[in-house]
Amino acid sequence: MKNDVNGVALGVFIFFFLAVTVVGFLAARWRRAENALHLDEWGLGGRSFGTWITWFLLGGDLYTAYTFVAVPAAIYGAGAAGFFAVPYTIVTYPLVFLFLPRLWSVSHRHGYVTSSDFIRGRFGSKSLSVAMALTGILATMPYIALQLVGIQAVLDVMGVGGSDSTNWFVKDLPLLIAFGVLAAYTYSSGLRAPALIAFVKDALIYIVIAVAIIYIPYKLGGFDSIFNKASAAYSVKNPKTGLPRGSLVTGPKAQWAYATLAMGSAMALFLYPHSVTAVLSGKSRNTIRRNTTILPLYSLMLGLLAMLGFMAIADGVGKGVKGYNAQLAIPQLFENMFPSWFAGVAFAAVGIGALVPAAIMSIAAANLFTRNIYKDLIKPDATPAQETRVSKIASLVVKVGALVFVLTMDKTVAINFQLLGGIWILQTVPAIVGGLFTRWFHRWALLAGWAAGMGYGTWKAYEQSSPTQAHFGGSSDLIPWIGEKGYIGLTAFVLNVGIAVVLTLVLNLVKAPSGVDETVTADYVAEPEESGPSGSPQPGEPGVPGLPEPAGA
Amino acid sequence: MSATPPVTKPPVVTPSRVIAGLCLLAPFVALLWVNSYSRVTPRFIGIPFFYWYQMAWVPVAAALTYAAYVLVRREERVRKGGAGK
Repeated sequence: MKNDVNGVALGVFIFFFLAVTVVGFLAARWRRAENALHLDEWGLGGRSFGTWITWFLLGGDLYTAYTFVAVPAAIYGAGAAGFFAVPYTIVTYPLVFLFLPRLWSVSHRHGYVTSSDFIRGRFGSKSLSVAMALTGILATMPYIALQLVGIQAVLDVMGVGGSDSTNWFVKDLPLLIAFGVLAAYTYSSGLRAPALIAFVKDALIYIVIAVAIIYIPYKLGGFDSIFNKASAAYSVKNPKTGLPRGSLVTGPKAQWAYATLAMGSAMALFLYPHSVTAVLSGKSRNTIRRNTTILPLYSLMLGLLAMLGFMAIADGVGKGVKGYNAQLAIPQLFENMFPSWFAGVAFAAVGIGALVPAAIMSIAAANLFTRNIYKDLIKPDATPAQETRVSKIASLVVKVGALVFVLTMDKTVAINFQLLGGIWILQTVPAIVGGLFTRWFHRWALLAGWAAGMGYGTWKAYEQSSPTQAHFGGSSDLIPWIGEKGYIGLTAFVLNVGIAVVLTLVLNLVKAPSGVDETVTADYVAEPEESGPSGSPQPGEPGVPGLPEPAGA
Repeated sequence: MSATPPVTKPPVVTPSRVIAGLCLLAPFVALLWVNSYSRVTPRFIGIPFFYWYQMAWVPVAAALTYAAYVLVRREERVRKGGAGK
């Protein structure tokens, strides 16, 4: 591509980036607690966020820069099939309404920081909790790497660094700077940094979408004309495969894939470590419930954003370019349509949209490592201050790992891993969600089911080929017995549950030791106020609240 | 079946819980049944049915989840009041 550097757009972009950096460092002082060395402070923002902060944090967390680039890019590439992200983010909220409040309550009662903490407490099994922690870390790393792909796409279109530079250092310098700054304020401020920056990010995103969805159709002659042009573009057949590029509505053969992808992704979304981290930072279970009713606003935005994919086609972005990188379609559309200064705002929105989730993801992965690998396996007597220090360092290691991933490997590797990550996270559902409702499952059966699901999912994903890729070419495959194409992750999940059920029956029959459950039924519906068994009395606060009185008084 | 249970423990299945459950279930039925909306017409300001119908479900699903939230919270309050006696 021969993009000249767009000075005005770049200036606006740098302005917002600097503003966000200042906010990130100042965040360390925001709502500061007395004991800043506890992992609850750095890693969960003191478990103190109310409904609105949680809303911004979760929105900033789940709707990432990669989503903003990839969803319209999928629409741009194939049409209707890419729109599954909308039903997916609709049905996820009624689903999590059922189990997230339980996870919040039990974690609040027992001081759990990660979902693997809960697994260890519920099933008394370190092997199961470590398996869940490793799954989470493995699935999160490529996701962080993909945030970088989002920033790269924006930098590329602005003409800074990117693919046309020859010197690797010049090419990657902007990205290195962005990531260095991100790492520094995450290290010093913890979860408070992305929570504050999320306000800026979401404000920018909402402004850009509101303008784009009115202004661009106006310039392109209305939605009628946009969809007619898109429809014509989808029906053009690929000379190699003889198949059309895509379709405006899902064909009868693609409906199973569409529905299972939406369902499977919806089940997995809130089990990603970064979702759990944001959920546990809320201050009450009703904070979480209220959020399931207001988070869909982001889904609406995602649907409108997806429309940009059609607009990019109608505008002729990438038309006639062989092997055009669809990821660049939306940034390119912004540059074509908007005046430079507003293009800069749009690019800043995507760029900052990458920083918020990258920060939360690295904190979440660091918490998993610290709590479930370092503390459980290496140093069981670690103090909270030591935990915090290890977590801070781990967050740096995770980010450097993601950076190396992006700089040394092909972009498609990160995308393949992200596809696998979704399949993998789905395999933690039986243990975590199942465990929130029942202790019936046997820990070894859950471990076996998880292993089977992971193996099957990885194998099937590897087998898929597409016109451009020999492996990991898609996330759908024929479902055994049903004979329709469906999401591999969901098929693996069914296999996982089946094995867990059968083995639980067998293991209970032979009376295999089922482990100690440190939770009780009441923990799962606990409210924040109930710190004692009958509610702690607070008459005028005599003595030191929270400290146990010496016996013999 | 229809005999009222003794006052010691409230029943697990109550009318408001059933309604809350249906509110939460509705979006699944509507959106996972892809064949019911996989068509181009009727268009809305030029947008094919497939797209605007699914987007229209966003506010509907949010309202249903909110209804479930109100029902569940009200019932929790009643239960807490009952347990205090």
